[in-house]
Amino acid sequence: MTAPIDTLKELEARVRDLEVTAQRTGQNLDAAITPLRAEVDRLRAAQNPAQPPAPKGDPTRWERVQLARAPGRPTALDYVEHLCTEFTELHGDRRYGDDPALIGGPARWQGVPVMLLLQQKGRDTKSKIKRRFGSANPEGYRKAVRLMDLADKFGLPVVALVDTQGAYPGLEAEERGQGWAIAESIRRMLNLRVPVVNVVIGEGGSGGALAIGVGNRVLIQENAWYSVISPEGAASIIWKDASKAPLAAEALRLTAPDLLELGIVEEVIPEPEGGAHLNPQQAAQAVGEAVTRHLRDLMAQSPTDLKTGRAARFRRLGAYTETT
Amino acid sequence: MALDRFFRRRRPQQQGGADMPDLWTQCPKCKEGLYNRDLETNAFVCHKCGHHLRLDAAQRVTVLLDEGSFTQLSGAVQPTDALAFQDTESYPERLKRAQKKTGRPDAILTGTGAILGVPVTLAVMDFAFSGGSMGSVVGEEIARAAEHAARHGTPLVIVTASGGARMQESALSLMQMAKTTVALETLAEQGLPYVSLLTDPTTGGVTASFATIADVIVAEPGALIGFAGPRVIQQTIRQSLPDGFQRAEFLLSHGMVDAVVDRREQREYLASLLGLLTRREVSA
Repeated sequence: MTAPIDTLKELEARVRDLEVTAQRTGQNLDAAITPLRAEVDRLRAAQNPAQPPAPKGDPTRWERVQLARAPGRPTALDYVEHLCTEFTELHGDRRYGDDPALIGGPARWQGVPVMLLLQQKGRDTKSKIKRRFGSANPEGYRKAVRLMDLADKFGLPVVALVDTQGAYPGLEAEERGQGWAIAESIRRMLNLRVPVVNVVIGEGGSGGALAIGVGNRVLIQENAWYSVISPEGAASIIWKDASKAPLAAEALRLTAPDLLELGIVEEVIPEPEGGAHLNPQQAAQAVGEAVTRHLRDLMAQSPTDLKTGRAARFRRLGAYTETT
Repeated sequence: MALDRFFRRRRPQQQGGADMPDLWTQCPKCKEGLYNRDLETNAFVCHKCGHHLRLDAAQRVTVLLDEGSFTQLSGAVQPTDALAFQDTESYPERLKRAQKKTGRPDAILTGTGAILGVPVTLAVMDFAFSGGSMGSVVGEEIARAAEHAARHGTPLVIVTASGGARMQESALSLMQMAKTTVALETLAEQGLPYVSLLTDPTTGGVTASFATIADVIVAEPGALIGFAGPRVIQQTIRQSLPDGFQRAEFLLSHGMVDAVVDRREQREYLASLLGLLTRREVSA
């Protein structure tokens, strides 16, 4: 496929514009720039179809971040298409609108009826822009709360696929209570009396990811990242220079193996050699197998144990020492 | 006691002329010179323009609680550098500097006390410590304060002042958003009220977790409160932001907070509210 030249030029101009502003003012504009830059890269790659060679050996942290953003990496809906035989998308938060960046509904996951919550980045430029590259607005998180209410009511386990740079940093998002909506979503998920399995399938950016990330089992794909801030954001704060993102990625320890070591995730789901984008079918099989295994395990637990076990899991997390 | 030590050592943030550093503070908004003694009796509110000066945690406790009623809970939990975080300086070096500046292990002070006789458990974030950023210690102390309140049957008041989650603890900081929520649910299950008091500034992961799931949310006049910072938003949308955007009054008009309460009236407001929510009877 060849991207429309105008779209590419327009996006490139927008990226340059933002980069100049970021440089001039020392601000962190990462949330705006990174998805656009990734899209520019993807469009360029589409026009010049030579595939980059797959990295050999263990990728560095920064290489993994790039794999998490690789053009053609499966999106949440790609996994649904591979793994679910039925999916009824339910729309709207009943308060303001319907957010295409965070979607969901009941589905049959490898035969198991579940409630899906999906951060969907979009597959082509048009849908990526429509879905704001997976950065949700408050109505997205409020829809998630609504769907979690339904899951609790009907005893459906929740499967949440996390893939976002972060919640959308827009004016209207703030007016409608972005922080409030995220906090409410975290609380709702923690209180669920059904099994909850989360998978970080690409980017796990900060509170916007955590909003649907507080389940009984948190899994992450081998080349996904999860952090309090994106590497570009951290680099802008530390060195006032987003191009130092590779250094920030090292400092943040945001890769799947790091998170397993820190006890933040239960399991790292292996990806096909070179990354999930090189073999989406194989990537989906691994995700499907891991999620179903954890679901089956959790479905044997009582509703009370599911809730208290999840609460205990998050109550423990953190690193500190104690003086007596 | 600990508070006296703080007042001797610490100075208000905005000092007046170098010739009289201990007597005057300049209002950061209207630039009026204010006698520190007057400022203290006026709850650190500018008597000319009403600007609410930022407080450190010890000052906040003094302003909010009945004199002599405070018993500290926090202090034993100490930060650690689990990630060996290194940027332009190491995390332990940053911590040491912030600890020296504020005299506390991390950006949080918790304890028990009373507001006009109403017993409360109180947690106060300290913006002076690394911008009030939330890492593992802040999360743990807030969780413990909530659990203390649940155990002892008191309402909980949390005063927020934070730039958000702490970068140097990466995903561990992020998890504190969930940890604090878990502990607050323990309190909620006991039917005890939790009131958050949002002060300037409250942003990021704090806004997106414990600050905004309170039963009642109170904000200080003029406080900046939001998820994303105003400059980031401005650059995302590429248009100027409306006057007063993300300020306490803006949030009140958008239905996001219950009240904007002048600092000099907060004690009466909280005592009355908490008395009602805990169904305290008073003789007619």
